[in-house]
Amino acid sequence: MKMPEIFDTSSIITRQDEWDHFSARIGYRRMYHRVRPGLYTLGKPGKDSPVFVSANYTLSFDALRSNLKGMDCYVLVLDTKGINVWCAAAKGTFATNELINRIEVTSLKEVVDQRTLILPQLGAAGVSAHEVKKRTGFKVEYGPVRAADITEYMKDHKATEEMRTVRFRARDRALLIPVEIKNWVLYLLLIPIALFLIAGWFTALVAITAIMAGVVLFPLLMPILPTKDFSSKGFVLGALVSLPFIFFLLTEGLNPSWIPAGYSLAIVLIICPAVAYLALNFTGSTPFASRTGVRREIFKYIPVIAGMFITGAALAAILSVGKFMGWF
Amino acid sequence: MQGDIPMIQLDGLPIKGQGSEINTLRFFPGRCGNCGLCAVVCPHRVFMPSNGRVRMVRPEKCMECGACQLNCPAGAIKVDSGVGCAAAMIRAALKGKKEVTCGEDCCD
Repeated sequence: MKMPEIFDTSSIITRQDEWDHFSARIGYRRMYHRVRPGLYTLGKPGKDSPVFVSANYTLSFDALRSNLKGMDCYVLVLDTKGINVWCAAAKGTFATNELINRIEVTSLKEVVDQRTLILPQLGAAGVSAHEVKKRTGFKVEYGPVRAADITEYMKDHKATEEMRTVRFRARDRALLIPVEIKNWVLYLLLIPIALFLIAGWFTALVAITAIMAGVVLFPLLMPILPTKDFSSKGFVLGALVSLPFIFFLLTEGLNPSWIPAGYSLAIVLIICPAVAYLALNFTGSTPFASRTGVRREIFKYIPVIAGMFITGAALAAILSVGKFMGWF
Repeated sequence: MQGDIPMIQLDGLPIKGQGSEINTLRFFPGRCGNCGLCAVVCPHRVFMPSNGRVRMVRPEKCMECGACQLNCPAGAIKVDSGVGCAAAMIRAALKGKKEVTCGEDCCD
C-alpha cells in the first residue's frame, strides 16, 4: 500500500506568516487563509510521539505550531474550510466525522503506534470523544483552550481551571475591531456621505459617531458598561456619545429655544438605537452569548430599537423641513 | 461550596433534572456516570468535579455550545445547541430562512 504524503512544518512564524495573520485580522481575502489538510511532522517525531489536531485556518494552525517549539510531534489538520476550531466545531466541519475521515486518509494508525489525539478544548463542541474512540480506537484528549498553554499542559496532561476557561480580554476584543469596521464599512462611508449632501456636516458627524461607537467603542467598553444585555449596554453607550452633540446644540443659541431641545431629543433617539443595534450584532463575535439569550434579546429589543429610530428620524425630518419652510 | 442546584421537573420531561431558566442546558444527575468529561470541555466552567462526582455549579453561564452533551457518553446532558449570533439570526429572518448558520463571509 502506498502511504499518503506527510507534510513537514515547523514552529517558526515567518514574515510571510505574519503578513497572512495581519491580513486575516483586517478581514482581507477572508476565505483564503488556509492550510492544506493532512498530517504534518514537526521536529523529528517517532512512533510514540504526540499527535495534535488543528483546523486548516492559518491563525489556528500557526497558533498551535508556534507553541510546539522544541517538541517532536505530529499535527493532524482537519479540513474546516478555512475556519477556526471553535466556529468550525459549531458549523460541523471540525467534527467527529471529519476527524475519523482524516485519521483514515492519512493512515495515522500506520504512522504512529500510540493511540491518543490531543485536541483543542474548544473543538469539543464538534467532536464526540467516545464516538471517536469507538470508531477508530483513538482516545481523544482535550488540551487547553489556548495553544499558549500547551507546554504547561504537556508536563502532566492536566489543565488548570484558568487554562480551561475562555476569556475575552481587552486585547482579544480590540483584535476584532478591524473586522468589525470592515463588516460595516459600506454604512460607515455611504450614510455619512449621503447625509452630508442632504443635511450638512453636523448630521454626517452624528452618523459617523453612532457607527464608530457601535463598532469600535462598544467592543472596547463592553465589560464596563452597566446593565446586562448587549442592547441595553448599547443604549447607554449611545446616550454617552450623544452628549457632545446635545451640549453643542444647547450652547449654540438657536431660536426659538425648543428647536435645539427638539434636535437633541432626535439625536438621542437616533444614536441610542443605532449603537444598540450594532452592539446586538456583536453577540456572535463574543465567546459567551447563547442562542436562547440572543433570541430573547432580539424579541425584546428590536421593536424598541426600530421604534426609537423611526421616531427620532421623523422628529429630525420635521424640524429640518419646518425650519427650511419657515414654519417656526 | 454552595448547595446543589434544585432538582426540578423540566420541560415536561418525566425525570427530574437541573438547569437554569435562561437557557436550554439540562443536567440529569441520575444518569451521570461521573466520567468528568463535561467538566473538562465546558469553556465556562458550568460543570465542576467534586468528591469524585460531577456537579452543575453555574448553569446560567452556559452559552449552549453543546460540547458537554456531545461528549457525555451517558446521555445525562441535554442542550439545544446553536450559534448565539444576532447578526446571523437577523440575516436568516430577513432572507426567510429557518436554519441559522454563519455566513461564508462571517465569523473567523
